[in-house]
Amino acid sequence: MASLRCFLRSGKNAVSAVLRREFHRTSPAAVQVTVRDALNQAMDEELERDERVFLLGEEVAQYDGAYKISRGLWKKYGDKRIIDTPITEMGFAGIAVGAAMAGLRPICEFMTFNFSMQAIDQVINSAAKTYYMSAGLQPVPIVFRGPNGASAGVAAQHSQCFAAWYSHCPGLKVVSPWSAEDAKGLLKSAIRDDNPVVFLENELMYGVPFEMSEEAQSKDFIIPIGKAKIERQGNHVTLVSHSRMVSLCLDAAAVLAKEGIECEVINMRTIRPLDAEAIETSIMKTNHLITVEGGWPQFGVGAEILGRIMEGPAFNYLDAPAVRVTGVDIPMPYAKILEDNSIPQIKDIIFSVKKTLNV
Amino acid sequence: MPLPLFPEHLNFPAHNASANDSSITKQIFFSTNVIRSLLRVVVSARTYADFTPQATFDIKKCDLHKLEEGPPLQAMLSREEGLQYYRTMQTMRRMELKADQLYKQKIIRGFCHLYDGQEACAVGIEAGINLSDHLITAYRAHAYTLTRGGTVREIMAELTGRRGGIAKGKGGSMHMYTKNFYGGNGIVGAQVPLGAGVALACKYLGKNELCVCLYGDGAANQGQIFETYNMASLWKLPCIFICENNKYGMGTSVERAAASTDYYKRGDFIPGLRVDGMDILCVREATKFAAEHCRSGKGPILMELQTYRYHGHSMSDPGVSYRTREEIQEVRSKSDPISMLKDRMLSNNMASVEELKEIDVEVRKEIEDAAQFATTDPEPPLDDLCNHIFYNNPPMEVRGTNPWTKLKSVS
Repeated sequence: MASLRCFLRSGKNAVSAVLRREFHRTSPAAVQVTVRDALNQAMDEELERDERVFLLGEEVAQYDGAYKISRGLWKKYGDKRIIDTPITEMGFAGIAVGAAMAGLRPICEFMTFNFSMQAIDQVINSAAKTYYMSAGLQPVPIVFRGPNGASAGVAAQHSQCFAAWYSHCPGLKVVSPWSAEDAKGLLKSAIRDDNPVVFLENELMYGVPFEMSEEAQSKDFIIPIGKAKIERQGNHVTLVSHSRMVSLCLDAAAVLAKEGIECEVINMRTIRPLDAEAIETSIMKTNHLITVEGGWPQFGVGAEILGRIMEGPAFNYLDAPAVRVTGVDIPMPYAKILEDNSIPQIKDIIFSVKKTLNV
Repeated sequence: MPLPLFPEHLNFPAHNASANDSSITKQIFFSTNVIRSLLRVVVSARTYADFTPQATFDIKKCDLHKLEEGPPLQAMLSREEGLQYYRTMQTMRRMELKADQLYKQKIIRGFCHLYDGQEACAVGIEAGINLSDHLITAYRAHAYTLTRGGTVREIMAELTGRRGGIAKGKGGSMHMYTKNFYGGNGIVGAQVPLGAGVALACKYLGKNELCVCLYGDGAANQGQIFETYNMASLWKLPCIFICENNKYGMGTSVERAAASTDYYKRGDFIPGLRVDGMDILCVREATKFAAEHCRSGKGPILMELQTYRYHGHSMSDPGVSYRTREEIQEVRSKSDPISMLKDRMLSNNMASVEELKEIDVEVRKEIEDAAQFATTDPEPPLDDLCNHIFYNNPPMEVRGTNPWTKLKSVS
């Protein structure tokens, strides 16, 4: 039975290879979908499903989205549900939080998370803490989404990763998808979640196509928040990553496989709550841990993971100190050669694996 | 005429005279009261229906900004309304004074921002809207928690951090919530965009409700408030912005903080009115006017209430380093909102002194009972420490202070 299923699945994959250029949503085969389209689909489906859901942010309506994530939504849903805001983050983030308090389910888009710093008080003090301060009287069902982290050539003020900042705070859920399926399933979950969710996208991933399974194409496809996914099985070292860096880990793993080193690549999917169990289980198998992130090293996502592993059962399974691969501890420079050397490259991951394995 | 003499009416201590009155004033007061009470003996010997059921009062004209006309210059007050406003304001006053006492006894800790002096604002606003409308304010919020449906008991127990508190002891003075009341907000100015968001939801859901969004003269200079004015106006949100101008932002007088102290004009393109915030009827009529403006779809409107706080900014501020005791005393004797209402009602035979006294006694008892509860109710259980992080979430583990301590958290 299992072999029949395998045969059918590989048959489907062959069909999907042929159909790759076509976007038949009702086709039983898997299709290629970009992260951008996956996010668009997620919002479209959730807007349709629940009247209380609405989107606000700069350029989300008539411009179709600064990065075209909300393409077509204003045309379909109109002014009431897709709202263009002035360039006033603190104001519109506060308005979004207030709307959530009064019973709506806003999606608040920050053109990039760098601008969310202007509104961070509303995210933390008005959204994250309110359910606790009110001892359960006042929930805040809101999603803050937008591109996070380094892009290409946008320099220091537009390249910061906020995963660590937001993940520091109780009361928030922080999600960081990698693939198109991640993007769709996690955004739908985030919108349906009755709590404040910070949804960190990545501009460089928007245009990347991924195979999306039939299951993922369904309008009810959701990925639970708080569970990591093993993207690649391996025995020698565990690579834990999120967002775009997962691609680099897989690429590094492919190179290392040729030398006989099998990496297990874990896609965190959610930063807070952290799926420590998935990481621990993997370490108990591989005995080596490397975290890979685009953000700065100090007090970052990797630092947290390493701390947890130290404090948990997996520590005794480590054959070498766990290490972090991170962005360089500097503001992001502009010149291409400098920028390229400010974030982890595949060679950095390979180098760190070999150092950790002492090969 | 025959006077059935009731000893208690003649046994008349000058309890209505304040300590500062001269003895001549006391005597005049005393004798007019005796006469009045003798007459009232005749009156009260019949029925209470002999009180004036309703009277009309002249109220101050409001200064207007971008408005052709303002609220009416006269307000009607029924006996029932008057008694209810009196009771509520007196409850607020007594509650705040009790909080002052408890704070000095160290039974209340942390921040405690008291509202005494400003009662006419909270009661007047609520009289101009419905409970189905929405309201949000900053941290000087105990009075609004009351007008929005909270009880004195649960407010005081929240101040003392007990499990019977309105937020189960987890919020404290600045974080109290009820239905359609969004706190209690600690970050100056942050509540204003939130209020506009509530107003957006009102408009979105089409329920003809509005949101009253309060802030102080200190907050009025915050950038996010101007961002909110812009969006509220652009999108015609049903939002009444209200600046409670009590002349001091913490220890800084309005003249030292604001280039323009015409707070009712600061909304620029938003129509505004400046209101006597010590006169409850003025506040009520202005609120009704503003509510009508919003409900007719004209968009937001701004009210500046000129009011005064007797206490300092908070309990850690004596309140006399930046203003004189004379100033505070002058407001207390000339503009106290409770006295103003009381004088109006008494001079128009809308209530008796005894009746109001009786209300005072009842209020005092209510406050005492609440304080008793607030000091004896147990603190929240430690099991509750990590609860209420997320809504509608399965139970989860929260890290304690050390790696071996795993605490339980439920929604």
